Amino acid sequence: MSEKNSKTRVKVENLQKLFPISKGLFRKSTDFVYAVDDISFEIKAGESLGLVGESGCGKTTAGRILVKLDEASTGAVQIRDAETDEMVDVTEINTKDEQKEFRRNVQMIFQDPYESMNPRRTIFDIVAEPLTVQGIGTTEEREKRVVDLLHLVGLTPPEPFLFRYPHELSGGQRQRVAIARALVMEPAFVVADEPTSMLDVSIRISIMRLMLELAAELGVTYLYITHDLAVARYMCDRIAVMYLGKIVEMAPTEQLLKNPMHPYTRALLSAVPVPDPSYKRPEVEIKGGISRSINPSGECRFLARCPFAVDQCRTDPHPGLFDRGGGHLVACHLVAAEGSWTGAERAVLELRS
Amino acid sequence: MTETRLTSTESGAAPKHAEPNLLEVKNLVMNYELKGGEMVSAVENVSFNIPKGHSLGLVGESGCGKTSVALTLIGLQAPNARVLGGEVLLDGENLLALEKEEMRLRRWNDVSMVFQGAMNSMNPVYTVGDQIREAMDIHWDPKPTAKEAREKTEELFNLVGINPDMIDRYPHEFSGGMKQRAVIAMALSCDPKLIIADEPTTALDVIVQEQILEELRSIQDDLGMSIIYISHDIAVIAEITDLLGVMYAGKLVELGTTAEIFARPRHPYSWLLLSSTPSITGPRRVLAPLEGEPPNLLEPPTGCRFHPRCPFATEQCSAEEPELTEIKPGHSIACWNHEKVPVGLDQAEEL
Repeated sequence: MSEKNSKTRVKVENLQKLFPISKGLFRKSTDFVYAVDDISFEIKAGESLGLVGESGCGKTTAGRILVKLDEASTGAVQIRDAETDEMVDVTEINTKDEQKEFRRNVQMIFQDPYESMNPRRTIFDIVAEPLTVQGIGTTEEREKRVVDLLHLVGLTPPEPFLFRYPHELSGGQRQRVAIARALVMEPAFVVADEPTSMLDVSIRISIMRLMLELAAELGVTYLYITHDLAVARYMCDRIAVMYLGKIVEMAPTEQLLKNPMHPYTRALLSAVPVPDPSYKRPEVEIKGGISRSINPSGECRFLARCPFAVDQCRTDPHPGLFDRGGGHLVACHLVAAEGSWTGAERAVLELRS
Repeated sequence: MTETRLTSTESGAAPKHAEPNLLEVKNLVMNYELKGGEMVSAVENVSFNIPKGHSLGLVGESGCGKTSVALTLIGLQAPNARVLGGEVLLDGENLLALEKEEMRLRRWNDVSMVFQGAMNSMNPVYTVGDQIREAMDIHWDPKPTAKEAREKTEELFNLVGINPDMIDRYPHEFSGGMKQRAVIAMALSCDPKLIIADEPTTALDVIVQEQILEELRSIQDDLGMSIIYISHDIAVIAEITDLLGVMYAGKLVELGTTAEIFARPRHPYSWLLLSSTPSITGPRRVLAPLEGEPPNLLEPPTGCRFHPRCPFATEQCSAEEPELTEIKPGHSIACWNHEKVPVGLDQAEEL
């Protein structure tokens, strides 16, 4: 959002995460799900990057690795520490002290406000927990800080909320508590995994606005994980589209929506319901749901569902991200060869006629 | 697909009144009785009609009574639900007056339903084909022979876009989207006149959702059925219905054609709901949040139930309850101040 600070906050290089498929207790598994497969991106300080895709595309796994809830199989994740202003390698964080330090800097907001909170603890306990763990402040100072934050996330007046339990709150209020908990340490980087998808449309907008305001006020950098492109449009400066563990397209938000280049992004966009009965939708060109990529062969990951595939797609390895300028990256052989989607489409039609 | 869209928009703009009503709901009132004898006013004086072959969407925030209306229509309301008044006329016959057993037989034959997450309601130890057959065994008169049931199931699988070879497979062998299609096939197995689809695609990814909506649309066209769609997702409703009812706190606050309400919502609640819906098309608007929360229906607000959250509320609104009134043919609202609602969405300026 803010232009003044264009330092890189998060740098992800060739990140890969493989999950073994169990074949039984004493047998070594030889099959792996390639949940995240060789993805790289950077997020600037104060920027919000959307990670978008269907369920099972690896977006949540990627987010969990960034906040060190999962370990990467290979690849590097570096996050700039707000205090020291140095890039910290997430895989190098091992000791308890290092982890504590890391959590001060990086937080996560989960999808389900009903399941991400301990039902036996009060709102004060929940929001103050990071402070308690970090040993910050006296009880009074913590209380003041929690009150300030509840105020910030719009739970006003905050005092009556302090000693209530999660079940006494509505879904929207709980998600506000979750946001307050994530922000209590003033983290520089927050991974938000579908923070509004369980909420009603009316509450969804106020939570989205709240997160944007906090980004503007506190300079928080977000990785915003969502399946909903309409929500991503409002929350993100840039969007990365994932398909079966790969980033297939990445561009500034409006650019991606107006001029999608990867056949998968195009299909995804054409399937998004539009709140306008007079809207004439382009035909959705791909069918079926996403599968899992178990020991994928080397070709383009989208080959099986791509209506435009040509011989090159069947023989060449999965295409790298082709930079067609303006920060618009596309992983498609056709677009790389022709430079644009219109060119690629024309080329396919010519080849086939 | 473009063609279907056009027809539905046209018919939406000028409803074909020539078609007789399949379903008429008149002044339906339903309360939930709590342990202490207190009553939750869940459905209050709801009336709407659906002509044959049309689809009606019901939208609103969670807890506004959409599902309660649907369940009452088919006699599946919770044990503590008390239907205090009204009529549900299907082809002129009042379903609320039917005996329990009679209603049980009508379900599936006359009215069937596809529930939210219905894909998880299948029995894992029976094949999908057997489960569809079970529905037919109970509701067909006379019972289908094994051959008839098989043929019908194959026909239904083709209709909803599943390979008929899957009939003898078990639910766990189906993906989420395929299970939901199988549930739709089951709902069609007794040739109902009306289908109630309660959040039929909520748990699915967009591409699969679009395919299932497309399937439902073409089934509706082919078989001339009527459908009630319930969803909190206004965008989905815009896609598949030609009539729309907006519910708030147990009451219908706006009723009209989908095209008309989306183009020019007249009730403040509909207007705010539409204003707060993000879209990937059009200019990037500032989204207006809908402040506050729906009221506790143990003690609904006096007057208009929306007045505590309404930006246009006056003294009259907290004192007198507005009834659903026609403001032009085929478009009704329950609001005292509808002329205050601006044309166009809230804060529609580009960012």
